[in-house]
Formats: sequence, C-alpha cells, structure tokens
Amino acid sequence: MSVAEQPRVEAPPWTATLNEWTATVDHKKIGLLYICMSVVFLVVAGVEALLMRWQLIVPRNTFLSPQIFNQMFTMHGTTMVFFVGMPILIGIGNFVVPLQIGARDMAFPRLNALGFWVTLFGGLLVYFSFLTGSAPDFGWFAYAPLTERTFARGPAADFWSLGLIVSGIGTVTAAVNFVATILGMRAPGMRLWKIPFFSWTILWTSVQILLALPPLTAALFMVVFDRQLGAHFFDAQTGGSSFLWQHLFWFFGHPEVYILILPGFGMIAEVIPVFSRKVLFGYEFMAAATMAIVFISMGVWAHHMFCVGMSRTLDLYFAGASLLVSIPTGIKMFNWLATMYGGKLWLASPMLFACGFLSLFLIGGLTGIMLAAAPFDFQLSDSYFVVGHFHWVLIGGTLFATFAGLHYWYPKATGRMLSERIARWQFFLLFVGFIVTFGPMHIAGMLGMPRRIYTYDANRGWDIWNQLATVGGLIQAPSYLLFVYNIIVSLWKGRPAGDNPWDAWTLEWATTSPPPPYNFEEIPTVHSRRPLWDLRHPDDPDWQYE
Amino acid sequence: MSGELLKPPAIVPYRGPSASQWGMLAFLLSEVAFFSTLIMVYLVFLGADSQDGGRGGPTPAGVLSLGLVIGTTICLLSSSATIHLAERALRQGEETAFRLWWMATIVLGVGFLAGTAYEWRELIAHGLTVRRNLFGTTYYTLVGFHGVHVTVGVIVMLIVQVLALRRQITARNPHGVELVSWYWHFVDGVWVVVFAVVYVVGR
Ligand code: HEM
Ligand SMILES: [Cu+2]
Repeated sequence: MSVAEQPRVEAPPWTATLNEWTATVDHKKIGLLYICMSVVFLVVAGVEALLMRWQLIVPRNTFLSPQIFNQMFTMHGTTMVFFVGMPILIGIGNFVVPLQIGARDMAFPRLNALGFWVTLFGGLLVYFSFLTGSAPDFGWFAYAPLTERTFARGPAADFWSLGLIVSGIGTVTAAVNFVATILGMRAPGMRLWKIPFFSWTILWTSVQILLALPPLTAALFMVVFDRQLGAHFFDAQTGGSSFLWQHLFWFFGHPEVYILILPGFGMIAEVIPVFSRKVLFGYEFMAAATMAIVFISMGVWAHHMFCVGMSRTLDLYFAGASLLVSIPTGIKMFNWLATMYGGKLWLASPMLFACGFLSLFLIGGLTGIMLAAAPFDFQLSDSYFVVGHFHWVLIGGTLFATFAGLHYWYPKATGRMLSERIARWQFFLLFVGFIVTFGPMHIAGMLGMPRRIYTYDANRGWDIWNQLATVGGLIQAPSYLLFVYNIIVSLWKGRPAGDNPWDAWTLEWATTSPPPPYNFEEIPTVHSRRPLWDLRHPDDPDWQYE
Repeated sequence: MSGELLKPPAIVPYRGPSASQWGMLAFLLSEVAFFSTLIMVYLVFLGADSQDGGRGGPTPAGVLSLGLVIGTTICLLSSSATIHLAERALRQGEETAFRLWWMATIVLGVGFLAGTAYEWRELIAHGLTVRRNLFGTTYYTLVGFHGVHVTVGVIVMLIVQVLALRRQITARNPHGVELVSWYWHFVDGVWVVVFAVVYVVGR
C-alpha cells in the first residue's frame, strides 16, 4: 500500500523571480522592464502635470508656490522626454524588433541590459535632487545662464546634468544595439527593403539617436565643467555664450522630437494594414520618407530660436527647412489613409488608437507648420500656443501610437488579451480629455498667455481656457489609471491570446505567445514583407508582387 | 489560380558586415557627433579672449609648443601603423608577431599620454587653467576628452594583451581585435583633426 507521493508544483521563491528579472539579458524581458519603468515615470510626471493644472485653474491661486511650480514643469518635461518617451519606445523596440526580423536576441544582450539599468539610474539620479532640498527649476531645455552657479546655487542642476549624461549613455547603447541587430542579424531572405516597417523606423530612430544625443552629452558635460571646474562655456558674464547652449541644446532637441515620433509612425504602419486587411500602401515611399525626415530634421533646430534674434538669412533658412519636413510627413499621412481606403476596417483597440493618432497628429503637424513661419512664431513663441502644439504631437502623436502598439503587442508579450471594454473607455477618456486639455491652450496662447507662469491676473480673458484645460486633465487622469489597471489585471483575467490573435503577417506572430527565450524553434526564411501571408496563401504569395 | 504551388526565388545569403562590425560603426558614428560638437565649440570661442571685454591671455600662439606636440602626434600616428601590422600578423597566424606589434601600439599610446601630461604641466605653469579663460576652458575639454579616449583604448588593448598571452585570443578569433583596431584608428583620426584645429589653424 505504497502511494506514490504526488509531486507538488512549487511557485519559485520571490528571490528567484527577482534574480531572474534583474540579471536577465533576454531582449523580451529587458523590453518589458523598459516599458514598466516608463509607465511608472508616466504616472509620476502625470501627477506633476496635474499639480500644475490645479494651480492654474483660477487666477491668483496659491496652491503651489512659484518655486515649486518651476520645479514641477522642469521635472514634468524632463521626465516625459527622457524617462517616459524614449525608454518606452526603446522598450517596445527591444521586445519587438528581434522577433520581427527573425533573430534570437539583440546583437549585444549584456550591453542591452546595461543600457536599461543605466537609463533607470539616470532617472533616479535626476529625481534624487528632490532629497537635496530642491529639484531643478530651469525648464526641460535648461537655458543658460539659469544652470550656472550664479543662478542655480544648490546641487539640483548637477543632478539633472549627470542624470541626463548617464541615461544618455544608456540611450546610445540601445541605438548601437538596434543598428547592429537590424543590419546584421535579419532572417535569411529579409533584404533591406523587406524589413517590417516598425523595425525600419527603429533603425532610423537609432541613427538619429547616434547623431543627436552625443552633442547633448557634450553640452551637459560643459554645464558640469562650468559648475564644478569654473569653466566659462555658457556664462556670458565671464565671457561664455548662453546663445551657444541654445544651439547645442536644440541641435539635440529638434531631432529628439523625431526620435520620439518615428517609432510611433512605425507602430501605426504595423497596425493600420492589419486592421484594414490590406498591405501597407507605398512601402517604398514610406521607407524613403522616413530617411528624408531623419536627414532634413537634423538641419532645422534653430526654428526653436527665432525670437533670439538671428539674421534674416538664418530665419529664412530655418523656416524653409522646417516646412520641408512636412512633405515626407504628409506622404506618410496619405499612405496610411490610402491603406485604409477600401479596406475591411476592424476597430479593435489598437486600430482605435491608430485612428486617434491620424486625426490628432494631423492637427499637431499643422500647428507646427504655423510656428515654422518665422513671423508667426515671433508672436507666439514661448506662449501657450507652443505648449498646445507640442502636446498635440507628443500625446496625439507619440502617445496614441504607443498605446496602439502596446494594445497590439500585449497579447504577444503575455499570452493574454487586454480587456477591450476597458481599452475603449481608456481611448474615449483620453481622446476627449486630451482635446479639452490642449485645445484651449492654443487659444490662451493667442490671447497672449506666456508659458511657464505660475499664475495670472483675472482680467486677461484667460480664465475659462485654463479652467477647461484643468478639467480636461481631470478627464484624462482616469484614462491612464484604467490602462495600468488593464495591463495588470489582464495578466490573470485576460482571454488566452493564441499565437496570432489579430491574424497579422509579420514574424513575431509566427512564434508562441509569450515567445520562448530563444524566440523561434527554427529561424524562419523570408521571401516577402508578409511572411505569414505567404505561408497561408501559397497559391498567391506576396513575393510575386514585391 | 492553377492550383500548382509557386516556387519562391532563391535566397541570396547576406554578405555584409557582421553585427559586431555594424555595432562598432554605429558607436563610432556617435563618437563623430560627440567630437564634432567639441570641435565646433572650440572654433566658436577661438580668439574670444583677446577681443574687447575678453579674459585676456594666455593665447594659443603664446603657450602651445609645436615641437612637443609633433612628437606626440608621431607617436599616435605610428601606432595606427603598428596596430595594423598586429592585426595582419594575427590573421596570418603569426601570434608572436601579433603580440609584439600589439605591445608596441600600447607603448606608443602611453607615450602619447605621457607627452600630453608633460604638455599640460607646462601649460599650467604658464597660467593656463580651465578657469583662466575660454582658451583654457575649450582646450582642456577638447584635448582632455580625446585623451580619455586614448586612455580607454590603452586599457582595452592591455586587456587584449593579457588575453593573448593566455592564448585566449588567437588567429581563430581575430574579430574582437579587428574592432579594437577600428576604434584605435578612429581615435587617431580624431587627433589629426584636433591637431589641425588646435595647433595649426588655431595658432
Ligand atoms: C511638420 C512638422 C513640425 C514643425 C514644422 C514644427 C515646428 C515647431 C516650431 C517652429 C516650434 C518652436 C515654437 C517656439 O518655441 O516658438 C516647435 C516646438 C516644439 N515641437 Fe514642433 N514641429 C513639427 C512637428 C513636431 C513633432 C512631430 C513633434 C514631436 C513629436 C514636435 C515637438 C515639439 C516640441 C516638444 C516643441 C517645444 C519645445 C519646447 O519649447 O519646449 N513638433 N515645433
Ligand atoms: Cu523643432
């Protein structure tokens, strides 16, 4: 009467899980770490934004002191750009790119892990400044001489510069890794112009990171040298040039906005064809437009500096060059529309966000063109109109595209579907809240409201627009919380996804959800841009037409 | 459709640079952007000290000594040749020759650094510091960052040397050595530009 002992499945101890995630070099885990970090910072920076909006809801409010208000907009901007925008895109890229191009991992897995941890520590370093008594308070573009010892007396500016130097190194390693992986490790048969479009945009974003981030790093070192070694780069009182900082910063800063939008373009170009059941219209034109955007946008930075007083010639050049960027961008818009035209539209959550992107990004692009016209910019630079413009492109563009991508690939990453019902609520709250927040800012700007003021007088006609903006912010806030709730709860409650829930065509959908550590049992061979279509339709494969 | 299966065209195997080579090229591209910024800034402030309201001397013409720097430049440029010879030796399987040329490269790199250290001591004795004026600020930043890159190169080459002595780098795995030599050639190339800008044009 010997009963064999039942083997019990033990959950691994939490230390093992912790160890697995902190020591991992798997591109999928690192990608998810990047995304989780960004979502946390998104919530933090969102709270900072709400505090500012609450301060501005009525004239002469005393909710935040001017000092705190300055710290809030600085930390909000810095966080959103460096610790939300870039890392979430790099994270999605990390997860998706090797799968999409049929590789087993990134080219340099350990460098990849280093990049993540360095980015995280950079963020913590910037936030550490709170513990020293005061966060930085000179705005995310940190105009000199506000960062010099004379004006920034505490250590906040040092933490800010060092944090961005450190996380910048992480960003550059990620870009190096992407370039090496995409150019050197594609599945057999995947020629350059058969790369899935998202990976293509990640490739060019990486090139832009390589060109634009090191100049920022150099400029940040100069700030540190000014402060710590008594150098004279940016302090006009001691012979330096604060104008130079503006050039250096925007030489990074403008390409940065394209670093933030190009992967978004890539995600939209993945989602729209799948949910329209058509191939991407004009792949070659889209691919070329991506390169054109990278090259043109390296030479337009001083459109952020029209009001500094440059020469007429420079004004003309920078206005003209900036307007040029809208041509390749326009090509993309029309290609997406042409992809949808005549398609069988399926309005699941990724597609909803993609449609939100199309409608909102268009308007942001148009206000950009308005600002690129130098005489118009003379009037509206540094006003709330600019704040309206860039949130329109960053939220309406990058963030909507990112949500499209996250909803699209979540089933692949976790093996579970997100709740469509919550996703719909999230979408509509964000869409409405977003328009109510940032639409009125354009009007406040045209009525003369400068950006970065902690309060205003009642008789300016700005009250109603500020109240609307604050209400909009309160509508948006639950949308982000719903998203966080959805991604956590669906881990357990979500419907099992299967390998290919959207019936999509690129290689990441050929493996299991979630994919095994080695990604593919056998590295697939590729003949067209839609390998899974070819597999399923051997009588009418795509490679006949490409 | 006729129902018979179509046969896809044959796959052309990839013959381009390896992933590691692409990685090194990408990294060097970012370094180009970094040094271009430093050089631009050096040029922007060139001569600013002697203008009205400037901080005054020492000026480049007053304190930079060409003789010394030509010596260090020769060190660095010839190290590009020695590392090339080392790499070729490794490919041809002559591991002893490889280690000798490699060591020579390290020695030349250290020679360059020693020369720079001596030069800086002289400059400081002449009163040129980071604080003194814009020439000091930009000069030490540009030459200093280049020196840091040389130092990193020397350290990496020392690691390679140790690995080679332990027979962990042999003719069968020359790829890492190739990448190190690309980096080293790049650092030398940057020096040529720095030399031209600081010691020829800027003087
Ligand atoms: C057709 C394309 C675009 C043009 C012509 C354009 C033009 C401009 C101009 C002229 C300004 C400066 C306004 C001022 O400060 O006076 C500006 C600001 C800004 N733009 Fe755009 N833009 C375009 C698209 C984008 C995109 C796609 C993004 C990001 C995804 C973006 C993000 C920003 C940001 C963040 C700022 C403000 C930076 C700051 O002052 O804090 N723009 N844009
Ligand atoms: Cu711009």
